[in-house]
Amino acid sequence: MTTILPKKDVVIIGLGWTGSILANELADEGLDIVALERGPWRDTATDFNIAYMQDELRYAIRKDLFLHASEEAMTMRNNTSETALPMRDYGSFLPGRGVGGAGVHWNGHTWRFYDSDFELKSHLTERYGADRLADLTIEDWGVTGRELEHSYDRFEQLAGISGKAGNIDGRIEEGGNPFESPRKRDYPLPPNRMPYGPALFADAAKSAGFHPFPTPAANLSQNYVNPLGVAMGQCSYCGFCERFACANYSKSSPQTCVLPVLMRKPNFELRSNSDVRKIELAKDGKTARGVTYVDTSGREFFQPADLVLVCAYALHNVRLMLLSGIGQPYDPATGEGTTGRNYCYQTNAGVTVFFDDKNFNPFIAGGAIGQTADDFNGDSFDHSALDFVGGGGINCIPTSGRPIQHRPVPKGTPKWGSAWKKATKEAYQSTLSFGVQGSSYAARGNYLSLDPTYKDRYGVPLLRMTFDFPDNDIRMSHYLSDRALEIAKAMGGREIAEARRDKSWNSVPYQSTHNTGGAIMGSDPTKSALNKYLQSWDVANVFVIGASAFPQNAGKNPTGTVGALAYWAADAIRNQYLRNPGKGLVG
Amino acid sequence: MKTLLSLALATSALASPATAADLQSFQVEKGHYQAILGDCAACHSKAGGKLYSGGEPLETPFGTLVPPNITPDRETGIGAWTKADFRNTMKNGVGKDGKHLYPAMPYPSYHLMPDEDVDDLWAYLQTVEPVHHAVEANQLPFPFNQRIVMRGWNWLNFEPEPFQPDEKQSAEWNRGAYLVQGPGHCGTCHTPKSALGADESDAALQGATLQGWYAPNITGQKRIGIGDWSKNQIVAYLKTGSNGHAIAAGPMVEAIQDSTSQMKDDDLQAIATYLLSVKADDEDGGGEQPKPLASDDSQMKAGAEIYRTSCAACHGMDGKGAEHLFPALAGSAAVQQDDVSTLIHVILAGAKGPYTKDRPTAPAMPSFAFHLSDEQVADVATYIRNDWGNAAPAVSADAVGDARGAD
Repeated sequence: MTTILPKKDVVIIGLGWTGSILANELADEGLDIVALERGPWRDTATDFNIAYMQDELRYAIRKDLFLHASEEAMTMRNNTSETALPMRDYGSFLPGRGVGGAGVHWNGHTWRFYDSDFELKSHLTERYGADRLADLTIEDWGVTGRELEHSYDRFEQLAGISGKAGNIDGRIEEGGNPFESPRKRDYPLPPNRMPYGPALFADAAKSAGFHPFPTPAANLSQNYVNPLGVAMGQCSYCGFCERFACANYSKSSPQTCVLPVLMRKPNFELRSNSDVRKIELAKDGKTARGVTYVDTSGREFFQPADLVLVCAYALHNVRLMLLSGIGQPYDPATGEGTTGRNYCYQTNAGVTVFFDDKNFNPFIAGGAIGQTADDFNGDSFDHSALDFVGGGGINCIPTSGRPIQHRPVPKGTPKWGSAWKKATKEAYQSTLSFGVQGSSYAARGNYLSLDPTYKDRYGVPLLRMTFDFPDNDIRMSHYLSDRALEIAKAMGGREIAEARRDKSWNSVPYQSTHNTGGAIMGSDPTKSALNKYLQSWDVANVFVIGASAFPQNAGKNPTGTVGALAYWAADAIRNQYLRNPGKGLVG
Repeated sequence: MKTLLSLALATSALASPATAADLQSFQVEKGHYQAILGDCAACHSKAGGKLYSGGEPLETPFGTLVPPNITPDRETGIGAWTKADFRNTMKNGVGKDGKHLYPAMPYPSYHLMPDEDVDDLWAYLQTVEPVHHAVEANQLPFPFNQRIVMRGWNWLNFEPEPFQPDEKQSAEWNRGAYLVQGPGHCGTCHTPKSALGADESDAALQGATLQGWYAPNITGQKRIGIGDWSKNQIVAYLKTGSNGHAIAAGPMVEAIQDSTSQMKDDDLQAIATYLLSVKADDEDGGGEQPKPLASDDSQMKAGAEIYRTSCAACHGMDGKGAEHLFPALAGSAAVQQDDVSTLIHVILAGAKGPYTKDRPTAPAMPSFAFHLSDEQVADVATYIRNDWGNAAPAVSADAVGDARGAD
């Protein structure tokens, strides 16, 4: 039996970065808001206790903060000729769970995409011709980088991002990224002090002709009070960011940036441990009536609301739309349909340099404290003579020296026993790795859909991922690996080991949690699920906010852009939608 | 803004006979401010409960008292009271039908309030939502549950005198003295109590233990008082819960959220002026300043190591903390008090700072009870009491064990 609850103005699905930002913005409009979060309530002192938070076994290996496949699995295959099988454990990526979502356990890399990334199809077509894009289904975002500038700025100010601007109003700034698109002002905090590894990387990159700069970080370089009045502390370089929550208020997260203010607002209510199963539509299929959710004892509730904001993890946003019948499911055979379209990932590769005479102290680290060379990211370089589009950032960001997982050893070392022990001891201090985080461009065969066979514990179809790295991206990644190798050689180590990206995608080893697309924004309702304001083309009182809206992924971490889109959508709702509720903001 | 509006309405009321209701609303507004000054909510409301419908039980040395329902509900609140009943309660500790109150209700302080202010408060309390909620206030054991014993107590301990301004002091000082001694009833927590539970007036505001916390010395004394704070720092602390160095914890959190953060700036300035002027007798050389323990003391060495691994990430190797987030331990009066209840309590149970409009973070410290033994808590507490210029006697593992048992 479903309990029908009193109506709310707004229901928000998922209380991570986007949900908390939108809730806070819309609460200022006086709207009555409820957020439904599948996982538990979590807060710094009560759940991220500094006396146990650095438990690598519990958090990094057993993945205590993450979604487990036992709660909701997904199936995967590389192409439509295969039958997808369920992932029995999350490996390649690790979805978040609980209040704060992935904003709790991220590393903190906080990028702005380039202006050209937002008009990618138009820009590349104009520069290299349509033939170059023949194998890809990349699209423009509908929104421009210039339009998003203010929203990026608001997210950076909220989160106290530490970095150095490279381009303020077209003026190139010494020490920043000279390739970045113009911004109106610098980051709120200066860059962190560099540990030895990234400092050495920067020297080598410069000597090889690159332009390295400090990676913009959500690990705070100084104490900070954000525009909401919330105080954060300076990062202690403990090296427990990714897969962990910050125990000392030094990594930006919904908990450290938004929730202290949001949770006190009388017109906001959070219901945790509340698993939204479906967005319920009116008979005409054009209006959402509210959502159905289940609590931990299995009781089902219907929460009516005028406005539904889908703010879960990108993949879950798409599954919820498919399960709710919002938008036409994408069909790769015909190329028609919108929901599930343009799923993209991240195309990563790595280089490791072994030295004889270095002492990197790898345990002095932060999740985003390092150096990046962006000379070959996006379209910051001329692809005319090349056989691909896209690029990537070359990042030297040693995130930790944790005892279980940080065990670099040279090629040929046995996997166990005394020889392994000896090698791991020798290499621990004297090894430096860096990576290429490459773009992932949409291709016709890569998409998200409901699995025809496998179901979750409620008997509802799992999400099926059909993905392999497009040939374009493989070529791009090798080109970038060659560039990274130039820097590695300039470092003068004893031995270099490369980890290049080749086909096919394997969901077992960890690669990246940057899953994007599936409910993309755009200006053509036949090719995008959302308009430029993240509003569903099909159901006007549903907005879907997150990396699910990216038409393709850049060679950068998505959170900065996700935060910007949250502010962008919030402004559109506050300034346009609420004046004329229930109506599409475009066309 | 509201007050200004009410004032405007009240002014026009003088010219127009039709606005008696406006005069009444002006009185309610003034009465609301009296409720803030007196922090009625601190005792008479509880988390999750309706405003003024009864509070959390108070554990006194004599037994348990539960603050009653003071909403205008006729059966379970004060809806059947008269203004005179209320005035007698507030000022003399004698409730409706001659029932004697216990001085957990700070009527010896409220006695200093002018009748007009008490009447305003009465007018305000008539306007809050009536809540039907019966509270058994008196849960004391025999013989203390016999209210008649309060007659003797009052005879010994209660001097019903109105507030006497000190003509030699400024108007601001006198306002501060009135607020601290009268409606603010700061001494209820911060003044040590006699065996009979009355204020030790010779030691006014010099600190007292209650409910597992030590309400610290808030006189102008240096090191263990607030004499090292500027007037503006005291105002900031009371208004926002944080002055950049210290952040409120324990029962003071509610006092700030419900009362001082909503006081007028002029009143906070007055309180600061008065508190800084209160000096203990031995302020000038009379009392011996303790010397810090030697850094090679075994407790200091063990404590320094624990501090480095468990505390320094937030409070810093220099003990300076982070502004408005992690309280400074260096120079902190809270950690150098003779009574270590608060220090031990915070280490064992953790603490959460106040939420105020200006400082919304409400930062919290985690519990270390599971992580540190009694001896380790004693060592680290001893260490932070004796580094960075701090100096205070060592803390014993037994004291920690007692506190742990009490929690």
